[in-house]
Amino acid sequence: MSAGNITVEPQFEAAPPPDTGPGLSRYGAGALFLLPAFIMLGVWIVYPTVYTVFRSFFGLNGFNKFVGIDNYKTLFTTSTLTTAIKNNLIWVAVVPACVTAIGLVFAVLTERVRWSVAFKTAVFLPMAISAFATGVTWRIMYVQDPNLGAVNALGRTVVQVFKSPGTLSDAQPSTSNVTGTAQTGMTLQTPLKPGSVAAIGLTAIPPDQVPSGATQAVLPRAQPGHISGVVWRDFKPGGGVPGKVEKGEVGLPGVTVQLRNSDGNVVKTAAAGDDGVFDFGVVTPGTYKAGISPGTFAKPWAGFAWLGTKLITPALIIAYMWIWAGFSMVVIAAGLAAMPRDVLEAARTDGASEWQVFRRVTIPLLAPVLSVVFITMIINVLKVFDLVITLAPGSSQNAASVIALAMWRTSFGGINDFGVGSAIAVFLFLLVIPVLLLNVKRFRREV
Amino acid sequence: MATADVAIPQPKLSERDTVGGKTVRFLTKAPVNILLAFLGLLWLIPTLGLFLTSILPAQAFTVKGWWQIFSKPSLATWENYRMVLHTHAITHSLLITLEIAVSNTLLVIIIGSLAGYAFAWLEFPGRDVIFIAVIALLVVPLQMALIPTFTLYNHLGLYDTVLGIVLFHVAFGLPFAIFLLRNFFVGIPKDIMESARIDGASEMKIFYRLILPLGLPAIASLAIFQFLWTWNDLIVALTFGQNVQPITVAIFSNLRQFGANIDLIAPASFISLVVPLAVFFAFQRYFVQGLLAGSVK
Repeated sequence: MSAGNITVEPQFEAAPPPDTGPGLSRYGAGALFLLPAFIMLGVWIVYPTVYTVFRSFFGLNGFNKFVGIDNYKTLFTTSTLTTAIKNNLIWVAVVPACVTAIGLVFAVLTERVRWSVAFKTAVFLPMAISAFATGVTWRIMYVQDPNLGAVNALGRTVVQVFKSPGTLSDAQPSTSNVTGTAQTGMTLQTPLKPGSVAAIGLTAIPPDQVPSGATQAVLPRAQPGHISGVVWRDFKPGGGVPGKVEKGEVGLPGVTVQLRNSDGNVVKTAAAGDDGVFDFGVVTPGTYKAGISPGTFAKPWAGFAWLGTKLITPALIIAYMWIWAGFSMVVIAAGLAAMPRDVLEAARTDGASEWQVFRRVTIPLLAPVLSVVFITMIINVLKVFDLVITLAPGSSQNAASVIALAMWRTSFGGINDFGVGSAIAVFLFLLVIPVLLLNVKRFRREV
Repeated sequence: MATADVAIPQPKLSERDTVGGKTVRFLTKAPVNILLAFLGLLWLIPTLGLFLTSILPAQAFTVKGWWQIFSKPSLATWENYRMVLHTHAITHSLLITLEIAVSNTLLVIIIGSLAGYAFAWLEFPGRDVIFIAVIALLVVPLQMALIPTFTLYNHLGLYDTVLGIVLFHVAFGLPFAIFLLRNFFVGIPKDIMESARIDGASEMKIFYRLILPLGLPAIASLAIFQFLWTWNDLIVALTFGQNVQPITVAIFSNLRQFGANIDLIAPASFISLVVPLAVFFAFQRYFVQGLLAGSVK
């Protein structure tokens, strides 16, 4: 985190005027005490700020070529740079409001439990961690494969409540007797009558997709009046003969087989056993077909590509809010603690509901604190850098770019165009100036 | 943490002491407790995930994520840490990080408290205007200074040196330091200052004997902030260093092959995070105080 970026709503108690008249020696002492600070601020902040403003009107190589506002034109016409500006706008629109709201909710809720210290510590912890380490941490969280990434693992649990994945997602028919695709379901074209045995062979099933518990497939014996059959993995090391149940080929337990009548309606279903055998029982005379519904072949949820180009900004914003919620919560909680309790009590005595007290008394009284958190977050968000460069993989960095990152990549990331880089820095500076003026104004009022 | 002062006196409810009242309170509070427990866990999971990733062998991540350790605790190993701590690049970068963080913290405290004292207790023309100007520097994004400083360092031979990185940090740490310390020093009782001056103590002596000891709480807050800020820095060291790499930069150069280097990235990141966490837990109170002084009071 960058503690130095925490904005200030300066409170200002006027320094007491000295009783002794200011003699030369006192001035001298003042100068001496201030000298080191002024040198540091002058050389590393004031001089560079002026330099960067001038530099932004010159080309790639030093001050050789004056280019006017060309660098600024580049800034607003190059797609990678406009993307950065757009992304930063999204950040500003979403993050300060969300972080302030989350902090407010947390601060209010923690007032109601005994173990608020533990909760606050847990939420505040990410504030002590570097944005860099946070980037690494969330990169592990966001891995796309739901087996490996915690966020998508959680997502998969939710998705599976609504839609269970099929047992076989890559299976293909093993002979031309079976037709169809994973999308349409597969049907055995051989007509079936009571007493028939259906052999539905599937292939292209990777070993790790074979349902657990599968044993040697068995072609069942025909039973009078019954329609039965086997659904099996029609493949063994070396190949085997397609369409024939052979030693080494296993059943596909759990696959649901449908029996359809001549109109195509499903009349019976049966689940295959460990050896792949299924039995529809006694069926009324007629011609039937057996098939497997598309559900069996549904692909499991692949997970969101959080680190891909489309979702990278939301992914970054979530991680960023994870960091800053603690700051917002602690500042707002301190504001809540300082709130005059009698005002709240008076409202309650007058019969206001808890919600009314919150909405009409707490929030207005907290407004100054909330605005400080909000403004602090605007500045922080405009300067966001570490998290983006760490969390966004190289392939997504153009899509994830923000102003501070664009400035750095333009100046030090290979292109090394100090002209455009300076223009971006000045643009960033211009964005934070309104906040600066706001602070100075408040400050002056208090002096 | 400020939570101790944040504790709110509960309004006395008439039914507070009856069994029925207790049950009602428990029932109404149960949803809040459960919700907060859930949220608290949610907030801990990413850090826990990093730690568990750091103690699993890299080949474990072909089938399942870090949570497999709950079903197979025997997989846990310190091997990654042993390897990382035997990697010279990492151990060396830890020393550099410490060097940068400590020297920055000391310099900011010394320079900042001198200036803070001058702004609080010395009289000179335009004092408050100059102070406001210094405060205004708080919002200057450090991106404004990267290019000129880079050019300057190349001339002065400060590029790729610990000193160059430290000085940049000090400058950008000063506005906050001066602001925080000046406001704290102003609150020191005037009588103490006056009697010291009447006794003929020099300004330097007053500063050294009175201001520094009395200002210790504010200085402690500042020290923690500065230490964490520089320890956690990436952009400054990335810009002004090449062979001089603090821990963040040293790990950063491995990020390109994230999956393949996970057994180095995860433990090294966790090591880089242990120091700030220890500082945070040891000095929570000062940390929060500084935070509040910087935003609201």
